[in-house]
Amino acid sequence: MKTKILIVEPSEVIVEGLKAVLGKQTRFSLLSPLADLDDIEGKCAALKPDVVIANPTLAPDVATLLRPLYLKTAALVYQYVEPWRLSGFDLAIDIRESAGTIVKHLVELIERKSEQNVSKKITNYDLTKRETAVLIEVAKGLTNKEIADKMNVSVHTVISHRKNIMHKTGIKSVAGLTVYAMLNNLIEE
Amino acid sequence: MDKILFDKRHRLADVITAYPSLLLTLQRVGIPLGFGDSTIEAVCNKHNVDTDFFLLMCNVQAHNDYVPSIATIKATNMSGLVPYLEASHNYYMTKRLPHIAEHIGRIAQQLPGERVQRAFEAFFQAYQAEIESHFADEEKNVYPYILELQQGRRGNYKIRDFLALHGNLQDKLDDLTQIIFKYLPASVTSDDSIDVVLDILQLSSDLKKHNLIEEKVMVPYVELIEKKVK
Repeated sequence: MKTKILIVEPSEVIVEGLKAVLGKQTRFSLLSPLADLDDIEGKCAALKPDVVIANPTLAPDVATLLRPLYLKTAALVYQYVEPWRLSGFDLAIDIRESAGTIVKHLVELIERKSEQNVSKKITNYDLTKRETAVLIEVAKGLTNKEIADKMNVSVHTVISHRKNIMHKTGIKSVAGLTVYAMLNNLIEE
Repeated sequence: MDKILFDKRHRLADVITAYPSLLLTLQRVGIPLGFGDSTIEAVCNKHNVDTDFFLLMCNVQAHNDYVPSIATIKATNMSGLVPYLEASHNYYMTKRLPHIAEHIGRIAQQLPGERVQRAFEAFFQAYQAEIESHFADEEKNVYPYILELQQGRRGNYKIRDFLALHGNLQDKLDDLTQIIFKYLPASVTSDDSIDVVLDILQLSSDLKKHNLIEEKVMVPYVELIEKKVK
């Protein structure tokens, strides 16, 4: 089955160039491009694209706008774009890349399982009670195995908590987490 | 991608204006300021710096995600590589880290409770010790090995081992910036915090480039000459 691609980009030159590159691929089917994001929800419901390639500067937060549509998203980059604008997209396509590279990245995106990107999006950055409990043990210097035994859970669960803690606090090292725990009065000594 | 790379016919002043971080690259190859309107090639010739090598370092430093091809590495005179890396180490150890340490000390004094103060300072001191031993190891084992190879002598080392053990140096620095701007209590004045975060970010991005040069330029280059020198 062909992959339906919708391009949302105001510049005709860029759109034509992208169409020329992607049109050569028989596995892609290009929908009529849009110049803006007006009623993008309604249009996507009608056109049913699999991938939307959009200019990330078209709206204050394009990635968030596209998220409820549950499709794969690629940002079209040809100027400096603030990293936060790109972080919500599944892929960033830099048009200065060669045609082959752009196609390769798109194919990788299409073949990627969609569940992988859904689970990563955390909206609440407060640590849960369990995560706080794990953090305290990590800060005390316990290993994953020791924490698992102490809390009566699997090592896998501890690792998953630790991943969430790292993601939420932005701190990766144990020494850094210890400082964090102290600053938040989570540990005594 | 190749179209936006620097060219030896570019005016050095234009390049530096567009990418001020290249001032560090100048310093590391020993090109002094005051180069007027000369082209890159003219300035390099004047100061006995290999033009292709200088362009390669500039391209890596200025362009994110740029990694030179093996062909480019093969075609470039790399005799300046080890001195370049050593000059980078020297800059981190004698300029940046002591400067950041001073800020960290001042921030620590403003933290509530001696315990937190000690933990905060210890975190940075541990990092400093780690980076120091990382650099010392490279200067003792890796760089002399490369210099010998360049002279046609094969030492007792393999560059592959280097890659296996080469850890990244900026993760802990990134932790530090997160702690400082997200979690420090209000008792700490913002002035020091902002200064130090900006300093750390600059150091962190420069260290990333340093790592990139070692892993994507130095290692492939040494693998090339390892094949030649038996």
